[in-house]
Amino acid sequence: MTFIAKPKVAHPSLPRNPLGLTRRDYEGALSTLCAGCGHDSITAAIVEASWGLALEPQNVVKLSGIGCSSKTTAYFVSGGHGFNSVHGRMPSIAMGANVANRNLSYIGVSGDGDTLSIGLGQFCHAIRRNLDMLYIIENNGVYGLTKGQFSASADIGTRAKKGETNVQPPIDPVLLAMTLGASFVARSFSGDKRQLVPLIQAGLKHRGFALIDVLSPCVTFNDHEGSTKSYAYTREHYEPAVQADFVPLEREISVEYREGEAVPVVMHDGSRIVLRKLDAGYDPTNRATASAHIQERMKAGEYLTGLLFLDETAQHEFHQVNSTPARPLNSLPYEALSPGSKGLEKILSRYR
Amino acid sequence: MSPTATRVNDFTIKIATVNGTGSASANTLLMKSIFRSGIPVMGKNYFPSNIQGLPTWYEIRVTREGYVARSGRVDLMVAMNAETYARDVREVAPGGYLVYDSTWPRPALLKRDDITVLGVPLARLCNESFNGVRTRILMKNICYAGVLAALLDLDIARIRELLAETYAKKPQLVESNMKAIQLGYDYAREHFSCPLPLRVEKMDQTAGHVMIDGNTAAALGCLYAGATVAAWYPITPSTSLMDAFKMFADRTRVDKDTGERNFAFLQAEDELAAVGMVIGAMWNGARAFTATSGPGISLMNEFLGLAYYAEVPTVIFDIQRVGPSTGMPTRTQQGDLLLAAYASHGDTRHVCLYPANPEECFYMAAQAFDLAERLQTPVLVLSDLDIGMNDWMCRDLKWDDAYRPDRGKVLGKEEVLKLKKFYRFLDVDDDGIAWRTLPGVDPKAAYFTRGSGHNQYGAYTEDAADYQVVLDRLLRKWATAKRLVPRALIDATADSKIGLVSLGSCDGAIREARDVLARRGIAVDYMRVRAFPFSEDVGEFLVSHELSFVIEQNRDAQLRSLLTLETAVEKSKLRSLLHYSGLPISSEFIVDGVLAELQHERRVKPKDAAHG
Repeated sequence: MTFIAKPKVAHPSLPRNPLGLTRRDYEGALSTLCAGCGHDSITAAIVEASWGLALEPQNVVKLSGIGCSSKTTAYFVSGGHGFNSVHGRMPSIAMGANVANRNLSYIGVSGDGDTLSIGLGQFCHAIRRNLDMLYIIENNGVYGLTKGQFSASADIGTRAKKGETNVQPPIDPVLLAMTLGASFVARSFSGDKRQLVPLIQAGLKHRGFALIDVLSPCVTFNDHEGSTKSYAYTREHYEPAVQADFVPLEREISVEYREGEAVPVVMHDGSRIVLRKLDAGYDPTNRATASAHIQERMKAGEYLTGLLFLDETAQHEFHQVNSTPARPLNSLPYEALSPGSKGLEKILSRYR
Repeated sequence: MSPTATRVNDFTIKIATVNGTGSASANTLLMKSIFRSGIPVMGKNYFPSNIQGLPTWYEIRVTREGYVARSGRVDLMVAMNAETYARDVREVAPGGYLVYDSTWPRPALLKRDDITVLGVPLARLCNESFNGVRTRILMKNICYAGVLAALLDLDIARIRELLAETYAKKPQLVESNMKAIQLGYDYAREHFSCPLPLRVEKMDQTAGHVMIDGNTAAALGCLYAGATVAAWYPITPSTSLMDAFKMFADRTRVDKDTGERNFAFLQAEDELAAVGMVIGAMWNGARAFTATSGPGISLMNEFLGLAYYAEVPTVIFDIQRVGPSTGMPTRTQQGDLLLAAYASHGDTRHVCLYPANPEECFYMAAQAFDLAERLQTPVLVLSDLDIGMNDWMCRDLKWDDAYRPDRGKVLGKEEVLKLKKFYRFLDVDDDGIAWRTLPGVDPKAAYFTRGSGHNQYGAYTEDAADYQVVLDRLLRKWATAKRLVPRALIDATADSKIGLVSLGSCDGAIREARDVLARRGIAVDYMRVRAFPFSEDVGEFLVSHELSFVIEQNRDAQLRSLLTLETAVEKSKLRSLLHYSGLPISSEFIVDGVLAELQHERRVKPKDAAHG
């Protein structure tokens, strides 16, 4: 959300994707967030990922709630429709939009306040319905626009800028999503683009609800000593467990992976994700042991990151369950929807 | 006991039972058999917010004149619930009848000198003929239908025909039900002088009519409007609208070969999510709707403000029930008029439609989608429990096969490409309605929807003037809405200085009340508003009548408030007649109210009655 339109100047030497588009074509309006905000790095990662996947910009739908994070949907893919809705209610808007047209890519951007407090219910139910979307939480542990109150993701013992110490336990979106049966659960750090970009690509390719909880420090209200969501603290305590490399449909897996270390997973459109275990004891395809492991590390003060859980065989994406036709509901001809006057006569015979 | 004059096709039966005992089947059977004999009939169900075991009443009014409201009197009471005997016996009009289960005689409790008490040992008859506790309870209720068949001279063949239709797949149930009917019928014929002076006689006044409830009719309207997304959270009394939509969609929208469904039915986690889904789907070009009741509208306020300001078509059915708060969920009221009209914070006003009966529910449901998409704004259809859940006799619903949805101002790809640049909120046609695009069309068509301040180009703004440009255009759109919504129905044929003004389900009672008043020499004009914003003629009617009675079913005169806020009428010209017991308004209430007020006017200001 900005007053200033970003100039779009594409230097001829800028690399182009198969659609002939440059990274510029996937940018949006100029960010009005604070300089150094983690969210801007995530925006950049989304731009990079969308360009890399060669998404048709008009087929990207950007959805958000309210808060600093939710503003960012205006900052990427200006060629796609955006909907900045109300606080905590983005999942229901996304649900309705997705039901109306299953053929677009839905990217939801939310924050820890938007998702874990006011919007916790809708978040949980979007997972339960296995809504086909990429849901990114830009998680910084504080409310930014209202100036630094703790959010529901703040750790016990973390200190606010004004000195107050948080005493309430956090709600962890990753563990919550695992419990609720999400089939794609990831965590990343806004400062690790190499990890984040392929995760976003994989999430976009995943059929069903894909969650990426991105630790994204707030430079203004939560980047001081004593905060457990600062850049320094996050760098020190985030621990990549699984690297997900995205391999597009047309490309061969060219990198050599050592036996037993890498697991290629075929996505529904034929593209692949190669999961590389950086933590030998971690199995990203086993929900129970993965959850236990994440929790254990968390107790030790470490945040496991990467594609922490993936079940690409899950067959309960909303449209599959609903038996929606391939043609989107919003473009069905009226003739296919109305039983006509004859049909009405038949229906009314019951009411005589 | 006073002698009763013969009353053919003009009386009211009330049946007092316990809910969860199958009495609904017996009551529907009775009502439909009268309807099938060509006699206009009205049915009202007064049921508890409970699954089993609490008192419930059903009122059947046989009305040769075709009135659709309660009369306010009960001529024959079927008292099947000992717990409510005392009040049930009190309610019978002098000269009326009371039928009760005399297996357990209660001569003292049920004694009244001015009515006839008819005891039928229903429980004993059924216990002797049927096995199993549950069957006996169910059959006891079917049995009283047999008693009434004899007393009122109902056509037994019709009853069998209806049972055969209901139990087409379980023929053995037809026989057991008929056995119970016959038990009651024979007992009554043997012990009483049948038929009573209250009785039915075949007519031919119901051809071309159906007996249908408003929720079913509204669901049909949604089906015919081409709605593909239905999102909701269960709440009485709106649930049956969604159930009906699903039933019709399952029958007509599923591909027999592939099993593909041309609709999505979403049970949301709450009303907030339900309306959010509707907004998301409509924003993305599908026709979507939700149905709820007052508590749901309270929750939807935030989203209604968003849809108004971000200009997203939204269709909501509010099947009003008794408030405030949880109130009485199974009783009727028109208590959401103000809430719906101005829902959400800031300057918001919403298009509301006020159907008066199931027939209008059908047509207005379809119209709601056209209006919402044309005006790019929420449209609330304010029905109520009385319309929504009771079977009303109404004219056949007709569908014009030439109908095509009005999708409003939506630019397609080719149109967008012809533009130099697309701006979402420009008033290019000077009607307050800007053009929109749907996601997926073209990068050039993309725009950003937001509930935060925006200028006419669709960009975020905090600039005072830019903000006001959009807000003022919304007022121009409101003026356009005024021209598009259904006009008030005005009957000024009485050429009276006095007008009756009302809306929604009061209509039936008012029509009858006008006839009664006319017979007493008081001719009154009548205006029924059918939508908000009010069309110009609403204000004109109020200004041109010296005195208007505003009749509505809530305590706080919400329609009167709306009229004084939105028209130029002087408040003092409006008298309220307010009915808010939770039962549907009766014609008697209106007649009494008008007469009392007119007498009062005469007493207070004998020479200048009209100016209060």
